[in-house]
Amino acid sequence: MSILSRISAITFKEFKQLSRDRLTFGMVVMIPLIQLLLFGYAINTNVRNIPAGLLDEAQTFQSRSITQAVLATQVVDFTVSYQSVKAAEQSITDGEVRAVLMLPRDLDQRIVANQNNEATGNLTRQALGQWIVDGSDTIVAGAIRSLRGMPLNELSPGNALPPPPTFEVALYFNPEQRTAVNIVPGLLAIILTMTMILFTSTAIVRERERGNLELLITTPVHSLELMLGKIIPYILIGLIQMTIILGLGRLVFNVPIIGELTQIVLVTMLFIAASLTLGLIISTIAQTQLQAMQMTVFILLPSILLSGFMFPYEGMPKAAQWISEALPTTHFIRMIRGVVLRGASIENLHSDALFLILFTVIGLLIATLKFKKRLD
Amino acid sequence: MEIAIQASGLTRKFGSLTAVDKLDLNIPKGAIYGFLGPNGSGKTTCIRLLTGLLSANAGTIEVLGLSLPRETEKLRRLIGYMTQKFSLYDDLTIEENLRFIARIYGINGHRQKARIENLLAVYNLEEKRRQLARSLSGGQKQRLALAAATIHEPRLLFLDEPTSAVDPENRRDFWEKLFDLSDSGTTVLVSTHYMDEAERCHRLAILANGIKRADGTPKELMDSLDATVVEISGDGLRQLKQALIKNPDIISAAQQGVRLRTLIRKSVSDPVTWLQQQTELQLHNRDLRVVRPSLEDVFVTSTGNFQQ
Repeated sequence: MSILSRISAITFKEFKQLSRDRLTFGMVVMIPLIQLLLFGYAINTNVRNIPAGLLDEAQTFQSRSITQAVLATQVVDFTVSYQSVKAAEQSITDGEVRAVLMLPRDLDQRIVANQNNEATGNLTRQALGQWIVDGSDTIVAGAIRSLRGMPLNELSPGNALPPPPTFEVALYFNPEQRTAVNIVPGLLAIILTMTMILFTSTAIVRERERGNLELLITTPVHSLELMLGKIIPYILIGLIQMTIILGLGRLVFNVPIIGELTQIVLVTMLFIAASLTLGLIISTIAQTQLQAMQMTVFILLPSILLSGFMFPYEGMPKAAQWISEALPTTHFIRMIRGVVLRGASIENLHSDALFLILFTVIGLLIATLKFKKRLD
Repeated sequence: MEIAIQASGLTRKFGSLTAVDKLDLNIPKGAIYGFLGPNGSGKTTCIRLLTGLLSANAGTIEVLGLSLPRETEKLRRLIGYMTQKFSLYDDLTIEENLRFIARIYGINGHRQKARIENLLAVYNLEEKRRQLARSLSGGQKQRLALAAATIHEPRLLFLDEPTSAVDPENRRDFWEKLFDLSDSGTTVLVSTHYMDEAERCHRLAILANGIKRADGTPKELMDSLDATVVEISGDGLRQLKQALIKNPDIISAAQQGVRLRTLIRKSVSDPVTWLQQQTELQLHNRDLRVVRPSLEDVFVTSTGNFQQ
């Protein structure tokens, strides 16, 4: 009974303090709100309207049709035309355009030759033009490369049928290929990582800095009670943030929420618990709030870059994958995307769930052992 | 005499600094026991050792019959601790702070309500009960801290320089409360660097550089002073002081208004005559008078803090 009384005393006090700290309270709501709107609109891996240049040496009806066909894909936007290769290359170096389409003087002959080869069954084909691309940004380069084999039906109205594709691709869960669908659940993971770790890591350090801890440790409060009492309010805050992000994601970005609500809450609670214990461990190491913040950022960056939020896990080298596996965020991103987008349940994702549970239990143990009720 | 705190050979080092050095303590139950010492003399470290907040490098401690550090957790319910710096929550009201501490000690329901009402009345905080702690004055904060430290009616109360941020009137009131607590059987250990406060203690220890220099009732300490106090009046006391302290038999000389308070070693049998015989001081036409030693004199002789 007295254990519950002590835990609830700390929780209640924490709520009271939080309700008086307007800025922090505002951040609880504003961080997910603003970041979701910002990143939901801003992050888009479907690259469109890349500024490009045109070097049309042919200047024929055919060359203009090809240019129109390329424009119609919306991948590029021709903003400049050049008279020489040199000028075109300089333009890429200057960063004026990302790519240049060069259509050679003998374009018409190449088309005729290709058509003749086709008629006689000769398999040789000549490329009609060339793209020069600033390949340093792989996403932009990839978008231009997708134009490599684009069909040009306009040039040969006679035989309109394009060759059949080798594979049919059926896109489940996100048929329109909207980036926001993948970003929104991921963003939930990132925002929770940030706020949950930061709040708890500074929560205990703040008491240390203000001298409250010196009083608390002379009372019968047990370390574990102190830790649990401090964690509980933030679980609720985490759930509020979850509601804001997924709710707004559904309303504004039309992200489908296929999974059951109980599953979503369950999975999120597991992650909140893991993140909070991570924050507690930090709080037992850090002596000042600044140190706690630095350590939070140290965890936050790999959580953003290696968790599969920005770049697919599958593309990472082995060593990076190990680091990624050690981050709670990675497991949560897998689970929340699974539950929200694919309607998976926690049983289907039990290995990730197990990791978060183990992480929480071991973390809480470490934090409790590391937190000494002493000043030395 | 029952003993509340017993320590022997208590030593605590911070790196190369020895903050508390082979300290022996016997503090009787129900007494107000003072630690008197300048800043950095080891008062706070000593209190932290006795509350189990710090572990000792050497020595044994027994507080209320419990051996530290083994039984620290058991001791926590029996003691109250008022830290030097205000350590309750600035962003909670007086009432909320008290309620929080009460719940921590497992005081709930009717008992909690009654206890808090009682404390608010005793410490004169009723009107401010809904005010945030950060907006309180020094005296109010200190009364709140004492109320919180005594909410569970501890048998032993540690107060670390409780009156350092408080005006004299509040200080006097505060000591009234301490005497009330002492009368009801609570042992109080209080550290201070104010002489007038030390004089109110039943017993006190004078600490300097982590070493206990003297221990006893204020009267005992003053009676056993190893010096005679002579007050010298007249003009040019600053220059006279400089001349006096050159003499190895004079422990210290401190100006107090129009008089110079001079401590002369007990080995000098008739200090007034002896002083007048020191021709270079030219004291023949000054008024010399032997006076009763004060606690400050004891403090000055025992801490070796001669600079006044």
